[in-house]
Amino acid sequence: MWVLIFILLAVLFAAFRFNTAFMLEWLPFILGGVPLTIVISILGILLAVPLALLGALGRLSKNPVFNGASGFYVSFIRGTPLIVQIFFIYLGLPQLAQYAPGPLQNLFILGTVTSGVLALGINYGAYMAEIFRAGIQSVGHGQVEAAQALGMTRAQTMRRIVLPQAVRVIIPPTGNEFIAMIKDSALVGIVGTQELFFRASKIGRQYFQNLETLVVAALIYWLLTSIFFYFQGRLEKRLEKGYVRESGPHGH
Amino acid sequence: MGTDASPIVSLRGVRKVFGENEVLKGIDLDLAKEEVVVIFGRSGSGKSTLLRCINFLEEPTAGSVEVDGIRYEAGPANRARRKTIREIRLKTGMVFQEFNLFSHLSVLENVVEAPTTVKGMPRREAEELGMQFLEKVGVADKRDEHPIRLSGGQKQRVAIARALTMRPEVMLFDEPTSALDPELIGEVLAVMKDLALESGTTMIVVTHEMGFAREVANRMAFMHEVALIEEGPPAEMVGGAKDPRTRRFLEAVL
Repeated sequence: MWVLIFILLAVLFAAFRFNTAFMLEWLPFILGGVPLTIVISILGILLAVPLALLGALGRLSKNPVFNGASGFYVSFIRGTPLIVQIFFIYLGLPQLAQYAPGPLQNLFILGTVTSGVLALGINYGAYMAEIFRAGIQSVGHGQVEAAQALGMTRAQTMRRIVLPQAVRVIIPPTGNEFIAMIKDSALVGIVGTQELFFRASKIGRQYFQNLETLVVAALIYWLLTSIFFYFQGRLEKRLEKGYVRESGPHGH
Repeated sequence: MGTDASPIVSLRGVRKVFGENEVLKGIDLDLAKEEVVVIFGRSGSGKSTLLRCINFLEEPTAGSVEVDGIRYEAGPANRARRKTIREIRLKTGMVFQEFNLFSHLSVLENVVEAPTTVKGMPRREAEELGMQFLEKVGVADKRDEHPIRLSGGQKQRVAIARALTMRPEVMLFDEPTSALDPELIGEVLAVMKDLALESGTTMIVVTHEMGFAREVANRMAFMHEVALIEEGPPAEMVGGAKDPRTRRFLEAVL
C-alpha cells in the first residue's frame, strides 16, 4: 500500500515540475531551523505539563476560586485561536510593561522565542488539562480511600498515590500533544522566530519558489514527527507491561 | 475482656443522611480494649456505613465518635474537625472488601508508604516494622511483588499488614472475605483469628462469616434497615436472640 502511495506522490511531484536543484540548494538552510523548532516544542511541552496539572487539579477542586480560575483558563484558551494568543503575548504583553515598576519592565518585553514558547505552553496546557483530569479520574476511588484511611492528607494522597498511577494514562496522549506541538510551532514563525517554517517561507518569498520550500518544510516536519511517533510507540509498549514485573534482587 | 471501664471506641447517636435518604439511624456502640465485635445483617442494612463513619470515609451527619480519647462531634467541616478526623484515622486501621492495595507499589512499598509519609518514620525502620507484619500474615516472601501478581487471599493479608504497620488501636474490617474465592477465605480468617486471640487486637468486623463470629467475637451486633437492633455475646445471640428479626436472620444463615 505504502509503495503505491509513494509512486502516486512521485507522479504528483513530477507534475508540479518542482525546481529540485533549488530545493536541494536551500535544504541545509531550512534544516537549520530544526533545532529551534525542537527546542521551542520541548520548552513548550515542559511549560504545558505543570499548567495542565494545575488546570486539572483546579477543575477537580471544590474550592470555588481555584475551580473558577482553571475553568476560565481552559475555556478561554480553548475558545480562541492559537495564532491570536501568540500575537497577544508577543505584542500585547509589552503594552502592559508601562504599568510595571521600572526594574521589572524588561520582563514584559519578550523575544520571539520566549513569547512563542509561552503561547504554545499556555495553549497546550489548557488542552492537556482535560487529559490530566481524565488520568487523575482513572485512578480508582478505592486507592484514595485506602490512603485516607491510613491518615494521608489530600495532598499526600494526590502526590504519592493518585498521580503516580495517573501518569500511565497521561503519558501516551501527552506524547501525541508533543507531536502536534512540533507542527503548531510553525505558527511561532509568524512573529519572526527563525524556526523551520519561518526559514522555509522566507526563502520561498525571496525567490518566488514558495511551493518548493514549503514542500521541503512539510517533508522535514513529517520526518520529525515520524521519529517521535516511533519513540512514543516504544514508550507505550513499556507502559503496557506496567507493573507486571519479575521480582528482582533485593536492592536496598 | 469487655469489662474494662473506659471504652476505646464509643459511638453515640451516629446518624448519616444522604440528601433525603437516611442510611444510618442513631447508632450507639461501645468497644472495650481487646474486644472483638462482629456486625452482621443483610446487605444494605448499614453495616459498612457504620464502619466507615468510624474513620470518616463517611462523615456522620449527627452524633459523636470517640476513639482512644479523641472525640469527634458531627458538624460542619472546619480545620479543627479535619484535625480530629486525621487523629482518629491514625488510631484506626481499615481493611476493605476490595483490598485497595496501591497498585503502583510493591508489597513492601505498600506497607511502608503510610509510616514514612504520614508519620515521618525513617525508611529503614518502617521496612523492618513492615517486614515483621508481612511475616506475621505470611506474605513476607512476596515483598517485591506488585499486587497484580498476588492471589486475593495474599492481597488481603498484605492489606492487613499495611494497616497494622501504622500501629492502630482498633482494626476495622469491612467484609474482608466477601471478594475472595471460597478456597482463599480460610487463610484470611486464620490471620484475623490470630490477631484477635493471640495479639489481643481490638477489632470491629463486618462479615457474613458466622463461624468466625461464633469462634472469635466477644459480641455480635445485628443491624437491620439501617438501625442497630440488638447485640450480645455469640452464645446468647445464636439461638437466644430477643428480637424476632435477629432470630429470623440467624436461622436463615446458620
